[in-house]
Amino acid sequence: MCLGIPGQIVEISNVEHKLAIVNVGGVRREVNIACIVDEEHSPVSCVGDWVLIHVGFAMSRIDEKEAKRTLELLTEMGEVQTEIQAMRQSNTS
Amino acid sequence: MKFVDEFRDPQKAQILLQEIEGLVKRIPVCRDRPIWIMEVCGGHTHTIFRYGLNKMLPKEVEFIHGPGCPVCVLPRGRVDDCIALAERDGVMMTTFGDAMRVTGSKKNLLQAKAEGADVRMVYSPLDALNLARMNPDKEVVFFGLGFETTMPSTALTLLQAKQEGINNFSIFCNHITIIPTIKAILDSPDLQLDGFLGPGHVSMVIGTEPYSFIARYYRKPITIAGFEPLDILQSVWMVLKQLAEGRCEVENQYTRIVPPDGNTQALQAIQTVFELREFFEWRGLGSIDHSGVRVREEFSAFDAERKFPLPNLKIADPTSCQCGEVLKGVIKPSQCKVFGTACTPQNPLGALMVSTEGACAAYYNYGWIPEEDLHPARSLV
Ligand code: SF4
Repeated sequence: MCLGIPGQIVEISNVEHKLAIVNVGGVRREVNIACIVDEEHSPVSCVGDWVLIHVGFAMSRIDEKEAKRTLELLTEMGEVQTEIQAMRQSNTS
Repeated sequence: MKFVDEFRDPQKAQILLQEIEGLVKRIPVCRDRPIWIMEVCGGHTHTIFRYGLNKMLPKEVEFIHGPGCPVCVLPRGRVDDCIALAERDGVMMTTFGDAMRVTGSKKNLLQAKAEGADVRMVYSPLDALNLARMNPDKEVVFFGLGFETTMPSTALTLLQAKQEGINNFSIFCNHITIIPTIKAILDSPDLQLDGFLGPGHVSMVIGTEPYSFIARYYRKPITIAGFEPLDILQSVWMVLKQLAEGRCEVENQYTRIVPPDGNTQALQAIQTVFELREFFEWRGLGSIDHSGVRVREEFSAFDAERKFPLPNLKIADPTSCQCGEVLKGVIKPSQCKVFGTACTPQNPLGALMVSTEGACAAYYNYGWIPEEDLHPARSLV
């Protein structure tokens, strides 16, 4: 919950509600990008950006190298698996 | 120092450790006692134990594990209120996995679920909102908790619910705020500290300025730290350097994530939706003024506390628990009377055993229990 996980924005799913699809370690998931868009960064311009995601919200832009390093480290600590499992198991049905 | 090999950049770690050794010799207090550095954030606690950083550092440097795990500090009374809500007819309770395992005075949410309450584990408050959309005949409540890192997500979800008019959605707000908490720690008479490692992701939201009172009024150095083992070593080095040079400032080691002003959009969402509570109860620490937030009155239709009656009971921690002393750094987790016996990650008695970010769970899982703590009698022979 507090560490967050890096992912890459692959498409914008809802411009009005600022929702985007990210790829997190091969898993696609919709996240909210309201915290990383402003006048300089329109939602559409975010496609391809790497972001740090906390509980379904992109909270910070990070560079690709940093994202990969962080993913490696989190994998080592077992955090990636936990996070992806939580995404998958999220009981929305 | 064999564990250093595991690091991404072992050479850099070696150099840092050497420099730390050198700095320690220049700090006057070290002659009488260790230097106490509190890591406020549970994520740091986790890294420290996972990589055995506490064993690598010179013995003059001791970590005091702060109250930075939001799941761990949730008082039993709040958990009971949440369970009472979950057990109401027509309510669907949603929350993060960790929060389902924290026990109230009698049970936790998982047990309530086994007994028939509709409790769902979600990854994000957005998923909870989705559940509300799909189940218009249910009252969907999101059990929101966390420091400023997760506060914006709850706030933005509530704003979304309002915008879309999803009226069967509400929030049981247990969010807590970091600054008053650090202040309470600094004011606590039985706690002595020399410096802080500041929480990385909370600071990503609030920026570095809110910490300046620590340097200015309490004359303690603080370094905002990242979560990698090297980040933490470097941050410790930065704190020690300040101590050796007689400075106390707010420094930022985690500049790649933490901007000085924080995240404007996130802060705005928090500001719009939440206001400070007069006080909030913490497990193990008691009541801390202004340490929690509640939903503002204009959003009362989305506030579970206003929407539903709650038992709202204050329940004391079990007497055998020493979580409060651990949180304040007065004792180490393994010195708690029930550590590893009546209290284990499988059967947590205290909250610090529940989440992997809790100090007791970290001690237990990574086995960094000093021999003499495990077998106090042995050190006598
Ligand atoms: S061992 Fe259990 S009861 Fe003791 S301080 Fe840790 S969590 Fe609390």
